[in-house]
Amino acid sequence: MSNLRKGKVRLLQGNEACFQGAIYAGIDFYAGYPITPSTEIAEGLARELPRIGKKFIQMEDEIGSIAAVIGASNAGAKAMTATSGPGYSLMVENIGYAYMTETPCVIVNVQRAGPSTGLPTKISQSDMMQARWGTHGDYTAIAVAPSSVRECFEETVRAFNLSERFRTPVTVLTDEVLGHMRELMTMPKPGELEVMERPKPDIPADWYRHFEMTPSMVSPMAALGEGYRYNVTGMTHDREGFPTAVPSEINEKLNKLKKKIERFADEIYKVRTEMMDDAKIAVISFGTVARATHQAIKMARERRVRVGAIQPLTIWPFPDPIISDALKNVKKIIVAELNMGQMVNEVKRIAPRNAEVFFLGRYDGEVMTPQQILDKIREVK
Amino acid sequence: MEKEAVVKEKEVQRSNVVHHYLRPKKKFPNVWCAGCGNGIVMGALIRAIDKLKLDKNDVVVVSGIGCSSRIPVYLDFNTLHTTHGRAIAFATGVKVVKPRLKVIVITGDGDAMAIGGNHFIHACRRNIDITVVLVNNKIYGMTGGQFSPTTTAGAFATTAPFGNYEKQFDIVKLASAAGASYVARGTVYHEQQLEKLIEGAIVKRGFSLVEVVSNCHTYYGRLNREGDAVAMISWMKDHAMPIQAAVKLPPEKMVGKFVTGLIHETDATEFCEEYDKLVERLKAKEAQK
Ligand SMILES: Cc1ncc(C[n+]2csc(CCOP(=O)(O)OP(=O)(O)O)c2C)c(N)n1
Ligand code: SF4
Repeated sequence: MSNLRKGKVRLLQGNEACFQGAIYAGIDFYAGYPITPSTEIAEGLARELPRIGKKFIQMEDEIGSIAAVIGASNAGAKAMTATSGPGYSLMVENIGYAYMTETPCVIVNVQRAGPSTGLPTKISQSDMMQARWGTHGDYTAIAVAPSSVRECFEETVRAFNLSERFRTPVTVLTDEVLGHMRELMTMPKPGELEVMERPKPDIPADWYRHFEMTPSMVSPMAALGEGYRYNVTGMTHDREGFPTAVPSEINEKLNKLKKKIERFADEIYKVRTEMMDDAKIAVISFGTVARATHQAIKMARERRVRVGAIQPLTIWPFPDPIISDALKNVKKIIVAELNMGQMVNEVKRIAPRNAEVFFLGRYDGEVMTPQQILDKIREVK
Repeated sequence: MEKEAVVKEKEVQRSNVVHHYLRPKKKFPNVWCAGCGNGIVMGALIRAIDKLKLDKNDVVVVSGIGCSSRIPVYLDFNTLHTTHGRAIAFATGVKVVKPRLKVIVITGDGDAMAIGGNHFIHACRRNIDITVVLVNNKIYGMTGGQFSPTTTAGAFATTAPFGNYEKQFDIVKLASAAGASYVARGTVYHEQQLEKLIEGAIVKRGFSLVEVVSNCHTYYGRLNREGDAVAMISWMKDHAMPIQAAVKLPPEKMVGKFVTGLIHETDATEFCEEYDKLVERLKAKEAQK
């Protein structure tokens, strides 16, 4: 029997790979509200979760979905929701609550074009900044961005790991084309990919503090109903979880939200580089666009242009040190993305002084073609 | 003389019960105005839980935002103080993951009827086994006296400076129509009745609601010349009509009164139980293969 028949190799859609990745990572709870182009994730989990004794609920809206996810996570579950721009916009207040209360959860945003209802069935990458700055207030965000069906699987697993490891919400940014595209993928065997669990307390309940300061800055997390009886609030709080107005406690809390991620960012960064060794031109792109870039630099190399590609798979925190290192000897940088210019500003911030940065954007609902990128390479060369 | 001493002793015992359930270290004095009904609701909730002898570790109290939603922060249970209007949705996630826990939501009329109205009706519809204690002071207390979906017609609020010209929700009717299994109304004057209603709500399988008519003398009372806490709470005593009596009265005798007690009760399938049954069914099917 072929591996395809045995189910080891499967023809999967990006959205299917995403929910299969969630199952691999040990998802216990999913809550969501239907929205194109993410709906197959909810449909898949509605079918699969009850079969493995895990929980699925379709909520009345996206605000309720993310609220239920956060409630579930506090009750000890690995929890996820999936949506697209309009739904993510509704979720952002409660995502802020998850940052503040340091509640692990995964939010998949299968991006479509906006603003507003926009183009429900068309691709876009215009929610990159929303994934970082969506909710009000100060915090640091984690977001990952796959570019293939297999990566939809792997990055969803990684999103769960990061969210549990750092006690923070993590966004998976995919897009309409990736979500609906089908590719063959070898299903990872159990144990093949790392699966992480959240840190749990090993001290008596009397000693427990839900937001304890630790060397890793991440506090062990007891679940509701495990005998620890703590308070959780979205108000700025002290280590025990009680609202505070004491400036030193406020500072400590906000610094914790930022530093627990920034100090350990090396564990989070993930960047793919291609043909960068001798490159004088670099094309930086993520997600679906990175696929076109891959083709474009091959075509350019055939024409003896010394060009390479850089693809952040961790989109937030933006992998500054890795990307600036890759850009050391580059004179020209093209940032290609499906929006009016979001990642380009991050690149400008870290580009070498003597390098020029060019923006290649597209926001008409169509994919970026290799030819378009190739044309830009020739233009700036 | 002797009888008086016994009564006094009982009173002391009743208030001591409360101390077993408050968080000792941190959060007193509380944020409420002296005389606010929130304290009475908190006491009634504690006594109901005490009577039921629930393990503190098995009780989760979830709230939204508002003066009333601060109640959980003082309580020595698992407590989740969430975002404005969303408490019931957070509670749904908790309950679905750990159905064995007793999940109780404390919310206000603004929190549950305005911004959180959608979650409220859908939780009723699902008949998920959550108890909601809705403190109805007919105004937004925390933000300083704006009108809410339950503010009386003609009453004044800071955003109804010429009198409220909107219509009101009848919370009890809304919950009953939406599918709740247990729907009751109490007041902060009738504290012992309130205790019993909350107790019944917690025991009831399915979605249960206790609306508590409460006082915000600081805003509602002042803006509407209804007097201080004592005056407002006395009004409840004079205008509440127990359901048993109300059903026997002709409509004209009910004008200006409101019904209290257990007003609606049914038995229907419960969300978590149905989900468990589905899981079992699928398991059996799988085993047959
Ligand atoms: C999203 C959002 N909108 C508005 C507010 C401001 N806000 C805080 S409490 C409140 C009203 C609370 O009224 P109610 O639920 O009746 O509770 P009460 O204070 O009267 O007990 C409002 C509007 C908020 N915290 N969040
Ligand atoms: S403002 Fe009103 S509801 Fe709030 S504590 Fe004071 S009396 Fe109570």
